[in-house]
Amino acid sequence: MRFGIIVFPGSNCDHDCKYAVEYLGHTAEYLWHADHQDLTDYDCIIIPGGFSYGDYLRAGAIARFANMMEQVRKFAEKSGLVIGICNGFQILLEAGLLPGAMQKNRSLKFQCEYRSMVIENADSPFTNTLDKGEVIQLPIAHGEGNYYIDPEGLSNLEANGQVLLRYTTPTGEVTDRANPNGSVSNIAGICNEERNIFGLMPHPERAVDSRLGNGCVDGRKILESIITYRTEKGGVQC
Amino acid sequence: MFKIELKVMPRKGILNPQSTAVKNGLKAMGYDNVDNLEMGKFMEFTIKAADRAEAEAYVEEMCKRLLANPVIEDYTYQIYQVEGE
Repeated sequence: MRFGIIVFPGSNCDHDCKYAVEYLGHTAEYLWHADHQDLTDYDCIIIPGGFSYGDYLRAGAIARFANMMEQVRKFAEKSGLVIGICNGFQILLEAGLLPGAMQKNRSLKFQCEYRSMVIENADSPFTNTLDKGEVIQLPIAHGEGNYYIDPEGLSNLEANGQVLLRYTTPTGEVTDRANPNGSVSNIAGICNEERNIFGLMPHPERAVDSRLGNGCVDGRKILESIITYRTEKGGVQC
Repeated sequence: MFKIELKVMPRKGILNPQSTAVKNGLKAMGYDNVDNLEMGKFMEFTIKAADRAEAEAYVEEMCKRLLANPVIEDYTYQIYQVEGE
C-alpha cells in the first residue's frame, strides 16, 4: 500500500507518520503542500499534526488554501481515503471537508498525555479492525482540540454514525472528567457522511512501536483498519 | 483607498475558554463587577477600490473565505475613505 503524507511548513508529525506506515510494512511518501501533484495513485492521504503556517489566525486556516489541499479535495471526492491527525483534523475542519470547528482547550493548556477513548462506530475504513465499544488508549498533544459543532450538526453526526471516537474513562464511560479539552459530547474523532474522510485529535502514529511512550500500540489498529479496508475492498496488493 | 477596521468575535452563546479565563482573572483580582467579557480579534487594513460598495464586497469575501470562521465567529467592520492612490 502507498500512503501520501502532506508536508506543510510547520508540520511536525510527518516523520512519525512515515515511520508508523513503514513499521507496518507499507510505503509512505512526502507530498509538498505547494505542489499540484495528482493523488489518484495513492491508497490513503495522511494530513499530519504540527503547526502548519504557525497556526496563525486559526489552526489550519491558512493551510487549507495550499495547492495540495485542492488535490486532497479532488481525491476525497473520488472516495479516496483521507485521515487528518491533530493539526490535520483542524485543517480538514477549516477546509470544510469535515463539519464543525476547533476552539482552544477549555483548560487553556497544551494537553500532552495518554487518553482513553471508545470506538463508537467500527463500520468505517478507519475502525474496521476494532469493535464497537472497544476502549483504546492513544496519546493526545494539542492546545486547540476543543471540538465545537452546533446542536443540529451534532445530532446529524450522531444519527449518521459519524462520531468514530469519544474520550472516555479507562472503562469506557463518557464522563466530563474524561474529556481532556471540552469537546462537545466528548468527541475525539469524526468522519464525513461518506466515511472516507476521518479527522481525529489523538495520534495513532505515536502508538505503533512498543518501544515508544508507555508501550501502547493501539494506534496500529487505526492504521491496520485502513490497510485492511484497502487490501480487502480495494484489491490492493500488500 | 479605504481603511477597514474589522472585528472578529466569538459567536454569542458559544463558551469561549479564553474569554472565561480573562474574566476569571479579573474577578480573582477583585474586579467583581465585570461580566459579559468577550475576547476576539481586531484587524486593520486598507483596500484599493473604486467605491465603498466595491470595498465592502471585497471585505465580505475575505471574511467568509479566511478572516473569520463562520462556525464559531461573527464579524463586523467599519469602512473609512482615506487619502491615497
